[in-house]
Amino acid sequence: MDLFEYQGKQYFARFGIPVSPGGVADTPEEAVARADEVGYPVVVKAQVQVGGRGKAGGIKLAADAAEVLAHARAILGMDIRGHIVRRLWIEHASEIAREYYASFTLDRSAKLHLGMVSARGGVDIEQVAAEDPDAIARLHVDPTEGLTKSGGRQLVEQAGLDPEARDGAVDLLLKLYSCYVDGDADLVEVNPLILTPEGRVHALDAKVTLDDSASFRHPEWDEFRTLEGDDPRETLAKQKGLQYVGLDGEVGIIANGAGLAMSTCDVVNQVGGQPANFLDIGGGANAEVMANALEVINTDEKVRSIFINVFGGITRGEEVANGIVQALQRVDIGAPIVIRLDGTNAEQGREILKGLESERFVSRPTMLDAARTAVALAGGAPR
Amino acid sequence: MSIFVDETTKVVIQGLSPTSQGFFHGMRNRAYGTKVVAGTNPKRGGTEIEGVPVFATVKEAVEATGANAAFNSVPPPFAADAVIEAAEAGVPFIVCITEGIPAHDEARAYNRLKRDFSASRLLGPNCPGIISPGRCNIGITAGEIAKPGGPVGIVSRSGTLTYQALYELKQKGIGVTTCVGIGGDPVPGTSFIDCLAEFQADPETKAVIMIGEIGGSAEEEAAAYIAEHVDKPVVAYVAGVTAPPGKRMGHAGAIVSGSKGTAKAKMEALAAAGATVAVNPTEAGELMAGMVASL
Repeated sequence: MDLFEYQGKQYFARFGIPVSPGGVADTPEEAVARADEVGYPVVVKAQVQVGGRGKAGGIKLAADAAEVLAHARAILGMDIRGHIVRRLWIEHASEIAREYYASFTLDRSAKLHLGMVSARGGVDIEQVAAEDPDAIARLHVDPTEGLTKSGGRQLVEQAGLDPEARDGAVDLLLKLYSCYVDGDADLVEVNPLILTPEGRVHALDAKVTLDDSASFRHPEWDEFRTLEGDDPRETLAKQKGLQYVGLDGEVGIIANGAGLAMSTCDVVNQVGGQPANFLDIGGGANAEVMANALEVINTDEKVRSIFINVFGGITRGEEVANGIVQALQRVDIGAPIVIRLDGTNAEQGREILKGLESERFVSRPTMLDAARTAVALAGGAPR
Repeated sequence: MSIFVDETTKVVIQGLSPTSQGFFHGMRNRAYGTKVVAGTNPKRGGTEIEGVPVFATVKEAVEATGANAAFNSVPPPFAADAVIEAAEAGVPFIVCITEGIPAHDEARAYNRLKRDFSASRLLGPNCPGIISPGRCNIGITAGEIAKPGGPVGIVSRSGTLTYQALYELKQKGIGVTTCVGIGGDPVPGTSFIDCLAEFQADPETKAVIMIGEIGGSAEEEAAAYIAEHVDKPVVAYVAGVTAPPGKRMGHAGAIVSGSKGTAKAKMEALAAAGATVAVNPTEAGELMAGMVASL
């Protein structure tokens, strides 16, 4: 789960990471109220999960209430690279002496955590990494040992942070690491991490990706699941706990396992169709999950056919079949369905489905056959 | 021969109860012919389930039965600790199929094994397990979709695509020495490279199918390994060519992986390393059939 900046800052604050005082606003009037509370000057910041907010005009400095009102009116509703701004974060403007960069994430190759710090923050850090890799100090951290104070010091010294920033930066890095580990984040990133003229170090931005697998031990994460996404199909899928990514095609895809779902999209594409979505019903998929999946696909008006591709391992064939039967009872499925079912208890599953077979519900033995049929049913010309 | 497991492998099922996933799949594995010698459950020590003696701990199970492999499908909050318990009991091969273990738990468990229990190999988590057709099946693979014998070895990051590969080969009359599902989680205990090294050393395995996915750089690393160390033919398939670039926040991940991670980059790296790259799972089977015919 990716957090919005304001949520990231709230999360940072729980781990003692210094952030600017601020508040959330959904209307221009609320923005003024928040600005009055935190004190002028303030920064009005669009809350969207996409880079380049500043260049798009989504971050503005305001000296007084009139300016806050004007900026808030301009920014709310703004489309920033496909993301509509629905919420603002109003925070007290900081005086900035220097801008740095800091992050922790998993280095999958090394199978260790990786801390990165740079004295060249506040800019496109990927560009810095490409042009001048040495400008980014890196330190692998063994998860069984954790980040030590000397590790933090090594990072800030290697990155060449200004001497007056170093103690504060080490302290912040230790808290950031604790937010990363104890907070079960896949990523914590601060860009910029600033040094104020008074010598204080604090986080001026917050990018936090939480590990959804850890949500069972973080009931407090519920409050982060507030804002709706931009794709109503994805919002519905998320509510139903499905792994769904909306695409633009006409063949709805349901498969069990991320690999098979991806492969199903690839095969539909290869035979001349376009997948409408990626939908992984997962290893433990049962009747309820299948019914939910069909309901989500059914809300997609572009879908002309549905390709259900299930290979049974943990998901047993009869569970899949029962799910389809139940789903068909629950919702009026608009598009014809092509199913390819194999693996554990596939025979029992196919037996259950036999009663449903018609020209709008067909079974095919192989992935390629099923993909071609689905593309044809969607009005395409399969290759 | 097979890799990691064979007909002598003795399995202890962690978290055995009449309703657990371990029970459902463990009984299927036993019916397939796998030697399931014990189960563990702290609340059921001293009992028996379907003829399988249950012990309170893995240590007791190993002492009593000589189990040398563990099948771990316990729920995510407890799975990483269960891996460590099996390693502490001296189990050399631990298969963890559990999906949804927090990444930090995985990273800790992996590094703990590496540091303190280097004699134990973890397969998974979030994987379908391992099957050496006709000899041993630990995990969730439906045994009937695999043809015993050889000459092909399979290693895959994706569960259902693993079954797909087994199935494609069986339909073409081609046997498999061992099929290893390494799982799609960020910190897999066993890597492509670990399996490629074993297949290269296994005289019965003459060719390898490798199935990858977008994300991470495991396929690129495997490609580099293939170029240097594998002279057996490799057919590779990577899922996710049409996957849209995922919503990505922050830049740390991109700095770590650079341009790696896309299906295209992975396929190019594998092709450059001498692997034959298929565009879909069916073609992977067909290409392998051609290779097997010319062996």
